[in-house]
Amino acid sequence: MESKKTDQSRIRNFCIVAHIDHGKSTLADRIIEHTGLLTSREMQAQVLDNMDLERERGITIKAQAVRTVYRARDGEEYILNLIDTPGHVDFNYEVSRSLAACDGAILVVDAAQGIEAQTLANVYLALDHDLDVIPVINKIDLPSAEPERVIDEIEDVIGLEARDAPLISAKNGIGIEDVLEQIVKKIPAPKGNPDSPLQALIFDSLYDSYKGVIIFCRIMEGSVRKGTKIRMMATGAKEEVVEVGVFGAGRFIPCEELSAGMVGYITASIKNVKDTAVGDTVTDDDNPCKEPLPGYKKVQSMVYCGFYPADGAKYPDLRDALEKLRLNDAALQYEPETSVALGFGFRCGFLGLLHLEVIQERLEREYNLDLVATAPGVVYKVFKTNGEMIELTNPSNLPDPSVIEHMEEPVVSAEIMVTSEFIGSIMELCQERRGRYLGMEYIEASRALLKYELPLNEIIYDFFDALKSRSKGYASFDYDIKGYEPSKLVKLDILINKEEVDALSFIVHADSAYERGRRMCEKLKEEIPRHLFEIPIQAAIGGKVIARETVKAMRKDVLAKCYGGDITRKKKLLEKQKEGKKRMRQIGNVEIPQKAFLSVLKLDDD
Amino acid sequence: MKDTGKKTKPKELELYFHIPFCIRKCFYCDFLSAPADRETIGMYMEALLAETEGSALSYADYRVPTVFIGGGTPSVAAAQDIERLLMSAARHYRLDGDAEITMEVNPGTVCREALARFLTAGVNRLSIGLQSADDRELAAIGRIHTWQQFLDTYREAREAGFRNINVDIMSALPGQTPAGYRRTLEQVLSLEPPPEHISAYSLILEEGTPLFARYEKGSLDIPDEDTDREMYQMTKKILEQRGYRRYEISNYAREGFECRHNCGYWRRRNYVGLGLGAASLVDNVRFRNGADLQAYLASPLGCREEEQILSPGEQMEEFMFLGLRMTDGINCGEFRRLFGRSIEEVYGDIVNKNIRDGLLEILDGLSAKRWMQQIRPGKRLALTERGLDLSNYVMAQFLL
Repeated sequence: MESKKTDQSRIRNFCIVAHIDHGKSTLADRIIEHTGLLTSREMQAQVLDNMDLERERGITIKAQAVRTVYRARDGEEYILNLIDTPGHVDFNYEVSRSLAACDGAILVVDAAQGIEAQTLANVYLALDHDLDVIPVINKIDLPSAEPERVIDEIEDVIGLEARDAPLISAKNGIGIEDVLEQIVKKIPAPKGNPDSPLQALIFDSLYDSYKGVIIFCRIMEGSVRKGTKIRMMATGAKEEVVEVGVFGAGRFIPCEELSAGMVGYITASIKNVKDTAVGDTVTDDDNPCKEPLPGYKKVQSMVYCGFYPADGAKYPDLRDALEKLRLNDAALQYEPETSVALGFGFRCGFLGLLHLEVIQERLEREYNLDLVATAPGVVYKVFKTNGEMIELTNPSNLPDPSVIEHMEEPVVSAEIMVTSEFIGSIMELCQERRGRYLGMEYIEASRALLKYELPLNEIIYDFFDALKSRSKGYASFDYDIKGYEPSKLVKLDILINKEEVDALSFIVHADSAYERGRRMCEKLKEEIPRHLFEIPIQAAIGGKVIARETVKAMRKDVLAKCYGGDITRKKKLLEKQKEGKKRMRQIGNVEIPQKAFLSVLKLDDD
Repeated sequence: MKDTGKKTKPKELELYFHIPFCIRKCFYCDFLSAPADRETIGMYMEALLAETEGSALSYADYRVPTVFIGGGTPSVAAAQDIERLLMSAARHYRLDGDAEITMEVNPGTVCREALARFLTAGVNRLSIGLQSADDRELAAIGRIHTWQQFLDTYREAREAGFRNINVDIMSALPGQTPAGYRRTLEQVLSLEPPPEHISAYSLILEEGTPLFARYEKGSLDIPDEDTDREMYQMTKKILEQRGYRRYEISNYAREGFECRHNCGYWRRRNYVGLGLGAASLVDNVRFRNGADLQAYLASPLGCREEEQILSPGEQMEEFMFLGLRMTDGINCGEFRRLFGRSIEEVYGDIVNKNIRDGLLEILDGLSAKRWMQQIRPGKRLALTERGLDLSNYVMAQFLL
């Protein structure tokens, strides 16, 4: 247990922001290595990312914090609180709340790639939060590195002073001390009076089966210790603190007290996850602060889909899992819903498609749920003839066309950074996705920034992938919701064996409806296995069939030869056939594979 | 067709010998076989003899009602080696006096003398791989013989005295038309005398074979699904018209000439497989020999692998998916006797569903539409005509 009080002036709270793959996580690892708490041998690569998902994808999802001790060149010991931030365009919200806990940010820029779309996005966010931004040029070991050019870029495009930016190679451990020195020198010590009434910002939380909810806080004012009676100002929940502490690389280190300027955790036997909200302010019930800290604005979900348990009996498990996930992911929204085809489930809202995939994987992996996911969609605005406006999250709820005056869809303004040789190909892609060209800016001779307005529903599924593949991986993109615009939209229904499958309906622009309908029928024909009878697959708009495919009836499914030596192999074949049946959903008389529900949207088969 | 043991009968065991050599691999073949030189074949036959002698000790209590020499092309082995093999089997195992002894031969690989020697050595049933009467079709699939060579071999076999001959034919071959297939059928049926048994298979493209590779590239001209079905229907219609009973999915025979050895597989009788990669089932334990030739030559008795003790559940599954291959189906009474539970109890819903879907039916002695020599008391459950076509679909449901 740490007993000595920490000198506030020696604390530095900061985060690292960067475009994907510019080396944020590696730098974080090196910083931890160079400072107290873990030796290089004890560290696994990218120690802050302690979920397997992230290891696979190479991105950080969860905001977490690490506390290390650095003995600077001036001889003093400094407490560095490094708060990790996710770096993907979907997760602006998460980035935002970690920034609120910091006083400064280190901006990592790849010396070869230079400034990219998210570099900009993150810097603007940091500046919005009044953080001091310290640029760092990484990967100087690469033969294609051009640090001077990048320094110029930073100064010209962002307007940050970068002459003194440390030139480092996080991979090889070069220049790390320079970074640490700059952290100490340029990032301000946190303000706040330890004797004022307690005011702490919750920037993250975890559910532990023994300790209950563990909240991660930045203490803005006052102090908290074991026994303090805390109150969550937004939810009103009250609890007595059981333990406070700090964390070093995945471990909780209890201490006596957390005071102004510090970053740490509080546990208070909070069993009900609904009692804590990320963004809320914690205060002392016996001596409360006057006002809560400005919380985070409620995030707008951009992409929706339905999650249904493959086994209807697991519905309560799904509900609990969503509740727990939401605890540390306030951007996840969900509401119960039902489908004729799939039973009871939830309509979930996400920040983007990546967010959707990550949540789905976490539900399946961490909570062991077998899920059917239905078509992702966006929120449309339906204006009825009687003046009413409905926000449509589920296509099945679309009112009859006769009472619809007009519909609107969300539109984004996107900035796409691309190398010159792919400009044409990317512009083509945006045209295909009903984009409106706004302009183009050359960042330097060989790189341009394309500005387009695009309907959100055209980019929520595989736009990013298409962008990458058409630009050999070089393009990057960032977008902001611009607003809603009127659009000619229709609902495409899918009928399988003459029965409408509501889970497959979706809203599409009138001009692409025929094409979409046709491709969906083709896809479903591939996905749906043969049955004993012929299965017609139809796409319809307002009852009118616009496309049709047929799955022919099974005529032959036989193993001609089965003699002594074939029997074990035959058994394996039959077992495979039986296994295949398990991942099926019964819709009427037809068995549809679970993956068919989502795979019908993989329409961009390059 | 024999039924499984009443308690008083001594235990039975079929013998299978595998000779994994051929002149050249056919383009569709994924069996364990390959060309080899005389020396290797000779060494192999020695090893096989050793295994025969050595293994017999474990089976002193068993009678052997059938023997099958398969491959590859068993006829590439020297006639002398086949003689020694059968002598050894007769000496060390308890062969029935009227045991059915089958040997597979390839047209063009046997001469009159060899055939005569096989006959004297004890082979009383011959299985000749023809596949097609059309020389072009034969070449397209990599067969080493012509129609004429088959005719010669067939005649020589009859002249040597073989009175139980099976001919293998194949449909859905590259370049084959329904008319062409019909010609093959007609040619075979007009042999004098016609074969007692015909196995008719649809070409299956197995991964790893040259034909499969060509198929993947898109350069294989095989008949489409409808044509395949047409040929299949043709087989049934013509063979049944001419007095052959379809007793198994792919096997047709004149009355009394069903292959007893193969029926043993589908009725789950015991069998011991000797030779490279050969599989066995003895008292509900399955095992096989490894597929490494050098290892087998070095230690023919020490290659056993993949041993699996079948649980009652697995035995039930096999009983169903093997037994249903036969058109007489399975005997519900036998199921109960073997497993102590009724079929209704274990598979009631599945049976009912498939009967409703027209894939299974109950046969009783009174309304049998099929020829049945010996009608056993008790219900028989069998695949219908359509069920036979979709047998995999039905059988998968019987997995527990």
